[in-house]
Amino acid sequence: MKACVIVFPASNCDRDMKVALESSLGSSVDMVWHRETDLSGYDLVAVPGGFSYGDYLRCGAMAARSPIMAEVVKHANRGGHVLGVCNGFQVLCESGLLPGVLMRNANLKFICKDVKLKVERNDTVFTNGYDAGQIITYPVAHHDGNFFADTETLKRIEGQGQVAFRYVDNPNGSADDIAGIFNAAGNVLGLMPHPERLVEMPLGGLDGKPMFDSLIKSLAA
Amino acid sequence: MSEITPEIVKEHGLNEAEYKMVLDIMGREPNLNELGIFSVMWSEHCSYKSSKKWLKTLPTKAPWVICGPGENAGIIDVGDGDAVIFKMESHNHPSYIEPYQGAATGVGGIMRDVFTMGARPIANVNALRFGVPEHPKTRHLVHGVVEGIGGYGNCMGVPTVAGEVEFDTSYDGNILVNAMCVGLAKADNIFYCAAAGIGKPVVYVGSKTGRDGIHGATMASTEFTADTEEKRPTVQVGDPFTEKLLLEACLELMQTDAIVAIQDMGAAGLTSSSFEMASSGGVGIDMNLDMVPQREESMTPYEMMLSESQERMLMVLEPGKEDMARAIFEKWELDFAVIGEITDTGRMRLFHKGEMVGDLPIDPLAQASPEYDRPWVPTPKRAPIAAKDVAAPADMMDAIKTLVSTPNGCSKRWVWEQYDHMVMNDTVARPGGDAAVVRIHGTQKGLAVTSDVTPRYVFADPVEGGKQAVAETYRNITATGALPLAITDNMNFGNPERPEIMGQFVGACEGIAAACIALDYPVVSGNVSLYNETNGQGILPTPTIGGVGLIADVDKTIGMAFVSEGDAIVLIGSTTGHLGCSQYLAEILNRTDGPAPEVDLTLERKHGDFVRSEILAGNVNACHDLSDGGLGVALAEMAMVSGLGASIIDGSNDVPLHGWLFGEDQARYITTTTDAKALLVAAQAAGVTATLIGEVQGQDLKIETAGTISVSKLKDAHEGWMPEFMAHPDFED
Repeated sequence: MKACVIVFPASNCDRDMKVALESSLGSSVDMVWHRETDLSGYDLVAVPGGFSYGDYLRCGAMAARSPIMAEVVKHANRGGHVLGVCNGFQVLCESGLLPGVLMRNANLKFICKDVKLKVERNDTVFTNGYDAGQIITYPVAHHDGNFFADTETLKRIEGQGQVAFRYVDNPNGSADDIAGIFNAAGNVLGLMPHPERLVEMPLGGLDGKPMFDSLIKSLAA
Repeated sequence: MSEITPEIVKEHGLNEAEYKMVLDIMGREPNLNELGIFSVMWSEHCSYKSSKKWLKTLPTKAPWVICGPGENAGIIDVGDGDAVIFKMESHNHPSYIEPYQGAATGVGGIMRDVFTMGARPIANVNALRFGVPEHPKTRHLVHGVVEGIGGYGNCMGVPTVAGEVEFDTSYDGNILVNAMCVGLAKADNIFYCAAAGIGKPVVYVGSKTGRDGIHGATMASTEFTADTEEKRPTVQVGDPFTEKLLLEACLELMQTDAIVAIQDMGAAGLTSSSFEMASSGGVGIDMNLDMVPQREESMTPYEMMLSESQERMLMVLEPGKEDMARAIFEKWELDFAVIGEITDTGRMRLFHKGEMVGDLPIDPLAQASPEYDRPWVPTPKRAPIAAKDVAAPADMMDAIKTLVSTPNGCSKRWVWEQYDHMVMNDTVARPGGDAAVVRIHGTQKGLAVTSDVTPRYVFADPVEGGKQAVAETYRNITATGALPLAITDNMNFGNPERPEIMGQFVGACEGIAAACIALDYPVVSGNVSLYNETNGQGILPTPTIGGVGLIADVDKTIGMAFVSEGDAIVLIGSTTGHLGCSQYLAEILNRTDGPAPEVDLTLERKHGDFVRSEILAGNVNACHDLSDGGLGVALAEMAMVSGLGASIIDGSNDVPLHGWLFGEDQARYITTTTDAKALLVAAQAAGVTATLIGEVQGQDLKIETAGTISVSKLKDAHEGWMPEFMAHPDFED
């Protein structure tokens, strides 16, 4: 099982993601610079949080057009797994790998706090460490996490079971309380909350750890 | 070049005597470029001309201090080859004029001060002071400042973990934005600003130079008047994205041996950075301004030398390393330009379009800047107030509820939830407690960081108030289990040309110095902000203290939340019921009289050492320092963060109950423990006053003879004020 973390200019959760993956994997995870063009050999590509390109223009829009993202799309189309967190989720939406878009939070403020999430399904490589319907805690830290899609798209997402996590107490105005979604094939997950921030007791909890453990166990098999 | 008239000299903030010194140093009339350079270099902001004499009296040494004041930031040794680099700096005037950009660039500037020395910033702290809530500008300023701090720090990916927010009418026309950054470096890879090596290239990196912020340092050195709004063009605009790239590029280059010296371009931009580098290295610099990357066309030498465009650095490189360095900066999509070279002339010579447009001697200008011994008068002592002469509240529990729900006593969650306080995944104790604790990445070590000052105490008694500010940071750090190591001081005062204001400054320095010595807790960096006045109305004297402490094992750190029902609550320290200058007096009785509490530094040290050792031994499971609002408020705070109540025995004895509950006597902590007897025995052995005052119990705060209130009711009141206040539109008709 080989994993890497993509680094854009002003990615800032890249190290956090690498550390979380490495602690579950037990071996080293590569950092891949946005100008690189080769992702062969990786089972899992993580697109981390941050402020790629300063969030100028629209969050994730410029990063989605960087050379490496063409490779991430190819990797996903080959059936490779992709995890996008926070800015990474925004990049995946902007690159077309996931439906919908992340708009400014309903209260127009940056929000950093722990939130409760409901795990919608546990029959995926990303979530099989949780119980279906389990309520877990992940932190959010974003200014633009308000998930939006048109009615038809939302209906499709819901109908195909693409919702991964829902907010118990919606902090940002997201449609249908959606905190994270899969692509139709189930090999790409994007979510606003940060599982990598709760993987050690000194940081306040372990609720994020099962995601990394299950990913690594499933993809290694 | 235009002739220098007295009007031009005055516009440059130089008085007659100072201009005479300029003429003496130059041996001729300066041209406009040269005058502009003198003006910023000798501004109060850059030269510390009013404060230098007193700053020299502060203790700055300890075995763990690697570098004290004078460099970009102070450095302490935290063992295992790790060094912590930190400083606090004000951005008051710009933040009042343009709150978002003023605060943002304050945060950006202090982070540059830290990473220019080779440290990766790992924690930000902010101490904010605004006018009263009912002042028409307050809400707008709070919105802008908080968003500016968040906008910059969040994008940088540096957690903002602690701070203060206070409201007082003295800040109505002059808010305070004090930003502190704490960074981590390797002790053997620290970078300084002293230039060296004749012929070595002087290199400019980062953003291009524009016309923003020209004369910012001079603006920060005058009082505000009604035309302050017109100063808007002097406020700089921040670009945290570029700064993040600059941080990564600098740290990458610092892994090589290319850098001889490096200095960030902060206040007074290219002028102060180049003069500081040349002056501390005892060399000269020839600078070709044509090579300076410029954002706008036809910029004059005057504009380039005085611009305060953000996100720029000046470096001296080893010859032959330019291409390697350039490749790193180009990878990060930043400008890189060789703009000059080190000379042996001892002069700064500026060239533009083939002409020499400035030629100044470096040492006389940088080091012989004016130093004033301004007249000062000590602040008169206030008459004591006995608790028995102060009216008791109608209902003690209502008074507690009021004190935790006022603008100054309420929860500041609304503020810190807009700051990413967890990024970097090392925040062990989040905002809202006594001090935040940030782990040193990849180790078990943690840094405790906090900022404190009680301006109303400093106003009443600058000496005791100065001591108290230092002591409160000491207690806040101690309450987490960490050992306080060093402080940074951000001295915010009014107009130093008024003897009573200068007296406040002198008194505060005396108090801070005494506390630093007694607590073995030196000053390693700092910043002075004077002229914080609007239309002759000075702010409360506000020497903000930022403290840093170390704990060897973050698993041993504790918080202030009650842990389990049945735990005993033990008060450390004695209570005389000091109500002078207290929060109780201000909020319940609307009085601001009486003396500040006296700070017994020997007791602070003794109690601090005792509490810390009991925490590290695992004998205490929660701890909170007593400050604003005294025992009653501290108990309420411990209850609110845990959701657990407490049953408290009336321990007031001969102190009136309201004095016992609300007195602000110093050197006190509340601790909780599963073994009260052992803790009391240990306290007795250490000669520390410790009193069992109750136990953690139920969901109500119950105080014998005072009454009962539910913790949820307290919490609603505590969390309620700030969001409700901020929900109103910025401007109301």
